[in-house]
Amino acid sequence: MRSFRIALKSALVALLFALATATAAQAEMVLHRGNGTEPETIDPAKSTGVTENAIENDLFEGLVTFSPDGKEVPGVAESWEISDDGTVYTFRLRDDAKWSNGDPVTANDFVYSFRRTVDPATASDYAPILSPIVNASAIIAGENTDIASLGVVAIDDLTLQITLNGPTPYILGLLTHNVAFPVHQATVEEFGDEWTRPGNMVSNGAFMLEDWVPQSQLTVVRNPNFHAADEVMLDKIVFYPTEDLAEELKRYRAGELDITYDVPSDQVTWLEENMADEFHNTPYLGTYYYVINLTKEPLGADLRIRQALALAIDREILTEKITQAGELPAYAWVPPDIAGYTQQATFYKDMSQDERNAMAAELMAEAGHGPDNPLAIELLYNTSDNHKKIAVAIASMWKKIGVETTLTNQEWKVYLESRDQKNYQIARAAWIGDYADPLNFLELFLSDAGERNDAGYSNPEFDRLLAEAAGTVDPAARMKLLEQAEKIFLDDVALIPIYHYTSQHMISPKVVGWEFNILDIHLGRYISLVE
Amino acid sequence: MSIAAPDFRALEPSIKGRSLWSDAWRRLRQNLAATTSLVVLALIALACIVGPWLLPHPFDEVYWDAISAPPDFANGFYFGTDENGRDLLVRTLHGGRVSLSVGLVATLVSLVIGVLWGAVAGFVGGRVDAVMMRFVDILYALPFVFFVILLTVMFGRNILLIYVAIGAISWLDMARIVRGQAIGLRRKEFVVAATASGVSTFDIVRRHILPNTLGPVIVYVTLTVPSVILTESFISFLGLGVQEPSTSWGVLISEGAQVMETAWWALVFPGAFLAVTLFCFNFIGDGLRDALDPRDR
Amino acid sequence: MLSYAIRRLFGTLPTLLLIVAIAFFMMRLAPGGPFDKERRVSVAVEQNLIKAYRLDESLPMQFVRYLGNVLQGDFGPSFQYKDFSVTELIWSGFPVSLALGGAAILIATVLGLLLGALAALRQNGPVDYAVMATAMTGIAIPNFVVAPVLTLFFGLMLGWLPVGGWSGIDNAILPVTALCLPQVAVIARLTRGSMIEVLRGNYIRTARAKGLPERLVVARHAMRAALVPVVSYLGPAVAAIITGSIVIEQIFGIPGIGRYFVQGALNRDYTLVMGVTIFYGALIILFNLAVDLIYGLLDPKVRYD
Repeated sequence: MRSFRIALKSALVALLFALATATAAQAEMVLHRGNGTEPETIDPAKSTGVTENAIENDLFEGLVTFSPDGKEVPGVAESWEISDDGTVYTFRLRDDAKWSNGDPVTANDFVYSFRRTVDPATASDYAPILSPIVNASAIIAGENTDIASLGVVAIDDLTLQITLNGPTPYILGLLTHNVAFPVHQATVEEFGDEWTRPGNMVSNGAFMLEDWVPQSQLTVVRNPNFHAADEVMLDKIVFYPTEDLAEELKRYRAGELDITYDVPSDQVTWLEENMADEFHNTPYLGTYYYVINLTKEPLGADLRIRQALALAIDREILTEKITQAGELPAYAWVPPDIAGYTQQATFYKDMSQDERNAMAAELMAEAGHGPDNPLAIELLYNTSDNHKKIAVAIASMWKKIGVETTLTNQEWKVYLESRDQKNYQIARAAWIGDYADPLNFLELFLSDAGERNDAGYSNPEFDRLLAEAAGTVDPAARMKLLEQAEKIFLDDVALIPIYHYTSQHMISPKVVGWEFNILDIHLGRYISLVE
Repeated sequence: MSIAAPDFRALEPSIKGRSLWSDAWRRLRQNLAATTSLVVLALIALACIVGPWLLPHPFDEVYWDAISAPPDFANGFYFGTDENGRDLLVRTLHGGRVSLSVGLVATLVSLVIGVLWGAVAGFVGGRVDAVMMRFVDILYALPFVFFVILLTVMFGRNILLIYVAIGAISWLDMARIVRGQAIGLRRKEFVVAATASGVSTFDIVRRHILPNTLGPVIVYVTLTVPSVILTESFISFLGLGVQEPSTSWGVLISEGAQVMETAWWALVFPGAFLAVTLFCFNFIGDGLRDALDPRDR
Repeated sequence: MLSYAIRRLFGTLPTLLLIVAIAFFMMRLAPGGPFDKERRVSVAVEQNLIKAYRLDESLPMQFVRYLGNVLQGDFGPSFQYKDFSVTELIWSGFPVSLALGGAAILIATVLGLLLGALAALRQNGPVDYAVMATAMTGIAIPNFVVAPVLTLFFGLMLGWLPVGGWSGIDNAILPVTALCLPQVAVIARLTRGSMIEVLRGNYIRTARAKGLPERLVVARHAMRAALVPVVSYLGPAVAAIITGSIVIEQIFGIPGIGRYFVQGALNRDYTLVMGVTIFYGALIILFNLAVDLIYGLLDPKVRYD
């Protein structure tokens, strides 16, 4: 039975690993990387998380890929042309791109892969981000059963044409996402659901899959057929699931890991003092916020109360003393550092906290509440030490303006359902960007966004601006429209931004080639180890 | 000439009968470890019940200037503060209320349901035993997480539900242990004799089986208390049980374990309370076992 | 006794069936599903997912279909870990949990019996208190405290053992230690408690009066009778420990199946939770049967008819 072979193979690998580490370690350059949770799948069409993405970025390469500092650069496509109206992209593929088994990577591979991703039978979670492509949405929804009508066509073996519904300046960023990676048709057709097994998998990236012991480690080795194989310095990367951050840090300090996935927040101060050159804390494209259920009274109807709640939070003290991980206090929904986008701000950004508190108390009084007539609020968060700390701190800040907060902790799935059903008053939430464009954040709150818009926000002007931006070719003009939309959104206080994320890693001084970028994506092909 | 019978009643007052309970109580009092433990336990319980009212810091008050502060006599944070700047001493005492009461309930459930279940199953044997024990097996095997989640769904977030959840599982092991004892006792001469002379099943269980299982029962009861207190913290993670700002020893210890390298006081103080309580339970348990042992005369 | 054992084995099937049925419906009644994620999938995709996993059929229909598959040995794909089937996950994880748990309970039993007997023989003396106090620390300190302390001390500070991972024998030493400490405490206390009673028994007095060396008295006569509660406890305890501990596995990074019980439930990975529940249920039933047979060995008077 295959599973028995896997068990046997993993036992053998473990044994050999133990024997081999003593002898061969010096010869091979191996990177040991902590990777958070166990990957759910490494099929790029089906995976959804950051952990999976990290692995797939090393196994596969899309039309467009990342430079070390996070910019989009040619990947399998060496150049592309954009039509005047911005809706047709023609990609010329490089002629030396090969799969790990030697087969050349052709435009047909991409056609097959895109069709497979939007095919309802594949049930890909992330397929909807391909909705800018002609017919993609209808195919995903099952309304259009002719999958071949997808706007991805192979003109010839090395030319791929993608047709979009409208000008989509961020499409290149979209194409770096794993959902746009090519998969090897013959392999998928032969092995079906088991094509991602070590021994079966064929990939076109800088590395190929060597072994995968669930919950223990996933090993990739250099792909000799990769078109830039001579630039790849690492021989092997081992990804370890590291759910317990305190233990991950200990493993790093003991020399068992070269890179960690994250850092326990209570150790940040100590690390900044004692291991400052190995502790890296950089901005990350995400926002932590409290979403308000606008369909429930009194918060839905009374803007003053929502404003008061937003004003009363001292974000500086929160990030300094409670979360302590160098997060940026957030006065906007879309995080900073997106090229071409001027960050917007809530109206209270430049006020001092005392001024904010005073204004909050006034607004609450106007709304008929205060310490002698407190307003009861229920705050929902999912089980996590961090969320709890923040909630307790904010509850004590709200107490000062006459709000009695009931803290409700729900287990993850129950919490998600509560938000979906709009069965909450205020809920903790977070959004990490899929690609570096403000639309990824703003489109969540379109009035027709369904369950994703769990605030129940609906503003026709906001919808109109976003629709207009979708049809704007000029990137600068488009960004202006998005900025206007965000300003309206922020003034409506559908959510309370709290902080913008940072990504924290411990990185061994041996590691070279890890550069910081806002999406926190680091490809193994640029990394090497020095002694 | 008539010989008067001696007046036996006049002799009686000098021989006062001793019941099993007063006998046991006397022996328990002579056990130093047990009595010390009783006193310590009573003190802890008292502190937990009354302490939070007497102490200056409220258990849910956030002190922004003393976030994660080490123990400091000067500003009155004797046990230090937690990551949210709340006084750990008062929180430890407050948490003790939940933990001690959970321990108590679990003990009662374990004793009442578990012991009876096991005794009946073991003594009666046959089909009854099979059905009763398969029921126990099924409860063991069912996924506990879902059971807890369903309780929250069906009954909302009532704190009484912790007792239900804990009660549902804390009698299982006890039932097995008592059944094991009962199976051995079933064929003992005095039990066979009692059955033969027509004593009802209920009376045999009550007067012969139960007293002879006391040893393992008392020992095991003291062992269920720690696991129950920690199970309670797991239940609170799932959204059942104590909700912020309330807390319990299990929750405090779990939180303390996360920061043990940077804030040892968050772990050590609640941990010490738990450990001391457990030791007390154990010495009391041992003392009770010694005191009630029918053969120890 | 053999006919009893065979009758019991036949009885396992209906019990397992009940476990499967109750667990199945329990899981489906809980709110939230395997496809709920923070990045909410669009309605269209959710429909696709539901159809792909056949969750759109009626619940009883799904149960019957699931049962049919199980009887053919197919426990289905894991909802969460889409690249592996439930059978593969259990098959690759169980040997690990078994190795760790088995070693831990073996060591704990031997140590616990010895310590418990020693304490019983020196009842209420200083040795008794010392032994019991040491044993008690095993239960008083929860495993999620012991484990990080062990890795901090032996892994980071002293550097004698690896902190995490699963690639050699040294990776097993700390987890086994963390696993066996609380068990030593329980077994030692149970042994002591029942041994004390047994040592007062008539036949012990007879054996001693006959001039039997103390060692033999204890080993051959006292231990046998005292073992009963320990064996009762060990039945379900062994089943639990060899199916892994989520805390130990997460802290030490060990690929066992312990985490599937909790993580699987939290992820609403229905098939995985059903798979491990059935597996665990089968183990419980089997071990409890073994325990009942062992009662017969320990006490020749035990009969089950």
